[in-house]
Amino acid sequence: MKIEVDKRGYYGNFGGAYIPEMLYPNVEELRQNYISIIHDEGFKKEFDQLLKTYVGRPTPLYYAKRLSEKYKTKIYLKREDLCHTGAHKVNNTIGQILLARRLGKQKIIAETGAGQHGVATATVCALMGMECIVYMGEIDMARQKPNVERMRILGTEVRPAKSGSKTLKDATNEAMRHWINNPVDTHYIIGSVVGPHPYPDMVARFQSVISEEIKWQLKDNEGTEDPDYVIACVGGGSNAAGAFYHYYDNDNVNLVCVEAAGHGNETGESAATTVLGKPGVLHGSKTLLMQTEDGQVVEPYSISAGLDYPGIGPVHAHLFESGRADFYSATDEEAMKAGILLSRLEGIIPAIESAHALVALEKIMFSKDDVVVLNLSGRGDKDLETYIKWGKY
Amino acid sequence: MPAIQTINRIEQLFGKKKEKILSVYFSAGFPNLEDTPKIMKYLQDSGADIIEVGIPFSDPVADGPTIQESNKDALDNGISVKIIFEQLTQIREEVTIPIIFMGYINPVLQYGMDAFCKKCAEIGIDGFILPDLPMQEYMAEYRATFEKYGLLNIFLITPQTSEARIREIDANSSGFIYMVSLAGTTGAKGNISEDQVKYFKRVKEMDLNNPTLIGFGISNKETFDRACEYASGAIIGSAFINVLKNATNLEHDISRYIKSVKGNSIKNDHTIKK
Repeated sequence: MKIEVDKRGYYGNFGGAYIPEMLYPNVEELRQNYISIIHDEGFKKEFDQLLKTYVGRPTPLYYAKRLSEKYKTKIYLKREDLCHTGAHKVNNTIGQILLARRLGKQKIIAETGAGQHGVATATVCALMGMECIVYMGEIDMARQKPNVERMRILGTEVRPAKSGSKTLKDATNEAMRHWINNPVDTHYIIGSVVGPHPYPDMVARFQSVISEEIKWQLKDNEGTEDPDYVIACVGGGSNAAGAFYHYYDNDNVNLVCVEAAGHGNETGESAATTVLGKPGVLHGSKTLLMQTEDGQVVEPYSISAGLDYPGIGPVHAHLFESGRADFYSATDEEAMKAGILLSRLEGIIPAIESAHALVALEKIMFSKDDVVVLNLSGRGDKDLETYIKWGKY
Repeated sequence: MPAIQTINRIEQLFGKKKEKILSVYFSAGFPNLEDTPKIMKYLQDSGADIIEVGIPFSDPVADGPTIQESNKDALDNGISVKIIFEQLTQIREEVTIPIIFMGYINPVLQYGMDAFCKKCAEIGIDGFILPDLPMQEYMAEYRATFEKYGLLNIFLITPQTSEARIREIDANSSGFIYMVSLAGTTGAKGNISEDQVKYFKRVKEMDLNNPTLIGFGISNKETFDRACEYASGAIIGSAFINVLKNATNLEHDISRYIKSVKGNSIKNDHTIKK
């Protein structure tokens, strides 16, 4: 199945650029330039060099022997958790800041939920000597204090989003308002494959390095570029988009998305957008969206702040609707157990987002010769507090 | 059979009145759930020319703090698209000036675009301002539906909108063009800068097919009059929300405010001005 964005920014029925006219010049400037900038030789060289020497790429593709024995199949972990700043997020922020510089922008803004994208943005702004403001929901700032301080140490101003539910979606609203108020010198680094076209495609391209590496790494290990399964967690969906990117059109590769089911989809306290959402428009694109019958956006719940978003990238809405990917959801409890299991079996404490992806291993019946690649998108250092509170280890 | 409106009140108004048109926005269901029809009546009685009824949304990205709060208060009061329709069922018995729905696209899509437009035509709504429905999507997906029910779609332009795009918007607009006065979200700013005046003049000199109304940052007689020098009129939103928020007697306070904006020189009638 061919999965690609069309000229209007749609993946099937989802995507587009539902933005107020105030943002049109900025978004249009991006749309007209992003492809040529990304393909520019000078840009590619600088991007690749920073990914190698600064981020630490390529990240290992690690054969998880004990985990494989437990699930009686061959499991490889793509170690995005070993990226500088602790997650895949930095692949995108490096790409976007290089692009922003080529567009002549002097200032950077970003939104953040758990703080990972905020830290990744603050990091590249320090690296490039650019002014940075990160919007973060007031409630999230209290929940993720260490990441707030990390951003401040890096020289970023963290502004509390005090409107609405005071979490990620409101931080995104505030960042968009800031961009409306500062349309000329500022670039908005969106942290996931969400937002108006061209963001979902642009962010996916910057994250596509993940599957690019998986292909040759797997070839070295297994003699084939193509695994039977690629598994990733999905909040907005940038790590999944990166891990799937070079496999979209290869129907022999099963794509598996795991969403956060919070306390359980039936409780309503969940962030499983494909289960609980309907088509709608938020933050510039038409996608699946958790909302009331009246079209008001519903605040999702998950123990993982990085998956706690009421929408999903339009490409994932399309993967869901078209059946190209299989979707599972994992509750808080399932994810925490899976995270502790990985810690015990492989000596890797995963981010709680990534722990959701591990739950798919429980739910899918693999055969012993299957090759499974699981994208371990982030490390668990930032979640220590949550693990401690959880306590059952 | 769909209700067809042959004469649209917005077009009628701009056909006979060329200047000092005052359009006033407020959020439905604010300050109290049941206030919507009353406020509309008082606005008409005190001399507003157009009423923009805001459909509250949980995530109003183009709005500043004042309208964010009125949206939130209205939603907390229990407002919904269905309730707005119920409240306005009989509105045309009392209010004869143009009524525009202003809001974000998602609540409209959830109601169903065709059903929404049909209901609007039945009630006697004249058009929409939907900031996050861009021209491209409108033309491709919704224009036919709007036109079937005789509803106008009002587009925005900003100081950053290129001349070519203003021309394109003008060619695809009907009713009027909403000129956003500054690079920013909604909200009363107090005065009008020289840069804004340059932009107003630039657009005025383009001699567009459609009349323009200037909005964002218009709050009092001074800013209203200034805007009216360069456009057919102006739009007040956040400043009026503040009036509603602080009102002790809605009828009296609305009348006093609208009259203070329009001043004594403006007659409260809708007849042809030569």
